[in-house]
Amino acid sequence: MVFGALGRLFGKIKTGLSKTRSALGDALRGLIGQGRHIDQDFLDELEYRLLAADIGVAKTEAIVAEVQQRYKAGELAPGEELLDLIKRSLRNELEESLPEELNWAESGPTVVLVVGVNGAGKTTSVAKLAKRFKDLDKKVLIAAGDTYRAAAVEQLEIWADRVGVDLIKQKTGSDAAAVAFDAVAAADARGADLVLIDTAGRLHNKEHLMRELEKVRRVIQKRVPAAPHETLLVLDATAGQNAIQQAKLFDASMGITGLILTKLDGTAKGGVAITIKRELGLPVRFIGVGEGMDDLQPFEPDAFINAILGTEGGASA
Amino acid sequence: MFESISERFSSIFDKLRYGGALTEDNIREGLREVRRALLEADVNVDVVKEFLDKCTAKAVGEDIVKGVEPGQQVVQIVHDQLIELMGESDTEIPFAKNGPTVILMAGLQGSGKTTTTAKLAMMLLGMGKRPMMVAADLQRPAAIEQLKILGEHVGVPVFHESGMTPPELCAKALKHAEGDNRDVILLDTAGRLHVDDQLMDEIADVSKRTKPTQTYLVVDSMTGQDAVNSAKAFNERLEIDGVIFTKLDGDTRGGAIVSLRHIVGKPIKFIGVGEKIEAVQPFQPDRYARRILGMGDILSFVEKAQGAIDEKEAAKLEEKFLKNKFDLEDFSKQLQTIMKMGSLKDLLGLIPGVGAKFKQLDIDESVFKKYQAIISSMTGYERARPDLIDMSRRRRIANGSGNSTHEVQTLLKQFQTMKKMMGKFGDIQEMAGKLPEQDELTPEQLANPQAFMPNPNRLFSARVDKKAERKAKQDKKKKRKMAKKNKR
Ligand SMILES: Nc1nc2c(ncn2[C@@H]2O[C@H](COP(=O)(O)OP(=O)(O)OP(=O)(O)O)[C@@H](O)[C@H]2O)c(=O)[nH]1
Ligand SMILES: Nc1nc2c(ncn2[C@@H]2O[C@H](COP(=O)(O)OP(=O)(O)OP(=O)(O)O)[C@@H](O)[C@H]2O)c(=O)[nH]1
Ligand SMILES: [Mg+2]
Ligand SMILES: [Mg+2]
Repeated sequence: MVFGALGRLFGKIKTGLSKTRSALGDALRGLIGQGRHIDQDFLDELEYRLLAADIGVAKTEAIVAEVQQRYKAGELAPGEELLDLIKRSLRNELEESLPEELNWAESGPTVVLVVGVNGAGKTTSVAKLAKRFKDLDKKVLIAAGDTYRAAAVEQLEIWADRVGVDLIKQKTGSDAAAVAFDAVAAADARGADLVLIDTAGRLHNKEHLMRELEKVRRVIQKRVPAAPHETLLVLDATAGQNAIQQAKLFDASMGITGLILTKLDGTAKGGVAITIKRELGLPVRFIGVGEGMDDLQPFEPDAFINAILGTEGGASA
Repeated sequence: MFESISERFSSIFDKLRYGGALTEDNIREGLREVRRALLEADVNVDVVKEFLDKCTAKAVGEDIVKGVEPGQQVVQIVHDQLIELMGESDTEIPFAKNGPTVILMAGLQGSGKTTTTAKLAMMLLGMGKRPMMVAADLQRPAAIEQLKILGEHVGVPVFHESGMTPPELCAKALKHAEGDNRDVILLDTAGRLHVDDQLMDEIADVSKRTKPTQTYLVVDSMTGQDAVNSAKAFNERLEIDGVIFTKLDGDTRGGAIVSLRHIVGKPIKFIGVGEKIEAVQPFQPDRYARRILGMGDILSFVEKAQGAIDEKEAAKLEEKFLKNKFDLEDFSKQLQTIMKMGSLKDLLGLIPGVGAKFKQLDIDESVFKKYQAIISSMTGYERARPDLIDMSRRRRIANGSGNSTHEVQTLLKQFQTMKKMMGKFGDIQEMAGKLPEQDELTPEQLANPQAFMPNPNRLFSARVDKKAERKAKQDKKKKRKMAKKNKR
């Protein structure tokens, strides 16, 4: 008797789950202009999209539930408006209080610390930022604060050369905080507008490495008390839910002011940034869209959301 | 993070175990929780669906075991299906029968190819091979330099010549290797996006020209949903032979491992567990399944601990713990051991539910050195009876070790804390030592993995909740009665 119930139950779940992707089709797009009803397929498709974009199960369920509820309450006509609602609920959280491109120092050099886990794209992002602000006629200095990884200094050296900015460096194996201090001091002395400090990749759960990073901050504050004016966390857009933990722990230790979401030129959507914004209030500031020094763009919520929903080129919300 | 998936699974299991009679609701809820947990662990959404379908199909199938609690059965099904999905351990590198073995390393940008190439080179060196590495990343600034530095570090030559494309370079490297009597050639390639046709063509060309014995896809274990897209594309172009997951020293749940096993179906050969060249391990599927199912990576912990702890010394200390005779002399020894073991917190973080508890204790390892200095300024009497260290002794010790009396006081306090902690540490080790191997498990134990696991939370809560335990037992009895009734 018990097993009978079990069997029926599983049967139900099974039919629920075995609907294939292809059968669903592009329900979101299909909805636009066709005035289709919102139905289970639509909700499934929406959920699928959000999950596949790494938005995470909790946030996804919240959005789907909201859409369903509003629809049931008769608040929505099918079509464009529904898509608007979805976009709105995603975008609200992203847009609010999107700061200036950089929080510039009132006087003296603006110090930007670039941090993140291994291989996320820190060094390349430092080069891209240097290029961007050099092009805006800022006097930029970059610092090879990764004194650990093999050829990290050489890598940034090549970038400094390509971009055409000065590099402050020491030998691999030297003290990262000392390099950072030198850079800030040099920027101050040379009247630079902006100093970008690269740091070694580190996993957020390694406390000794996080403490090392805190030391970098403390040491540069000896020279410029208001520094760092920005501490940007570089996140790989291919990262999944672990990115939340990365943001949490880097923020707790360093006080993150914004995110750089790299590798968005791939097929990953970086949807976890939405959850990070919601949970920690950390906005995406720039996105990386390639390996070249010009492949950095300011973050645009609309384009980001369209990419997640697969509605690029569709009617804008 | 890691703790929470374990705890989540534990709570699901608990729910299913103690949730009274089986109802439609609690099973559905259980499966939904499993789904959420897998999604949160970054298992791909399609894979989760198929995985749960499979679990469901198994459950409605005929092989329902009578007399087993339904909750346990669901747990068993999830567990078994995961073990089955992960497949057998396959960490051999098949070497070429004739001529040198060629290993092609491929993957997205920053996944860890170059580092892993050097790790494998060192591993091969240890197996008595004569490896050579080829710097075929002509893309990333200083990529060649990076490999050269790593090559010097491990003592493996790196081949590079300028003025040719990566496929040409790799083809040439093969010839060079023969002249140099090298038997394994590792090709480090540039990171590339699977949608970059030009670069995918390029690596396909490398593959065509060098006919690799093995092609390994290097994947960042923190990767989310997209892992399946890139892996599929790489597999289509290169026919990969195995996957290497890096950065598993982090706290990621590593759902991509499950996804790729399912989608690509190739063995996971090795895992990277640190930035250092030694930090590579063969992948053990059952251990990973246990990890994701919240059974903790106790085995890794035990291995690590065993590497650092001198057995006899440990036995002696253990006795002292038990008799509460642990003194500063032992404390000093223990500090040395801990320093050998690496970060204690990292280590304890391997055990679900434990890491979080330790976050509250501030263990600064640089402080250990200071403690050593302070302890060495004490007399034997003081080390044996720290409780008798009064203010004047404290002052003398402070002066002798170049510290303040406050620091001496801190040490004494920390010692008390450590003393308590060490006692618990002993417990964990002991329990971990009792953990049976997979193949020694009875079907009942397999069905209920939590039952034979030490509950780490318990170790750290002062008292086991006797009341709750009794209640659980009674509930179980009741349920058994109910089940009997139902059968009749
Ligand atoms: N496709 C793409 N690749 C990128 C992007 N940003 C960085 N990369 C590549 O990702 C790889 C790693 O980038 P790095 O800048 O070295 O990363 P990192 O964070 O400094 O790495 P570590 O210092 O080793 O921790 C390189 O191959 C970069 O070219 C991006 O936006 N798109
Ligand atoms: N913590 C940790 N870091 C790792 C591991 N494997 C690699 N790394 C780090 O990850 C970063 C990227 O590693 P690389 O070997 O340069 O990656 P790659 O795939 O060669 O990068 P590209 O050539 O730019 O595509 C470096 O900082 C490495 O030290 C690992 O298992 N654990
Ligand atoms: Mg770097
Ligand atoms: Mg590389």
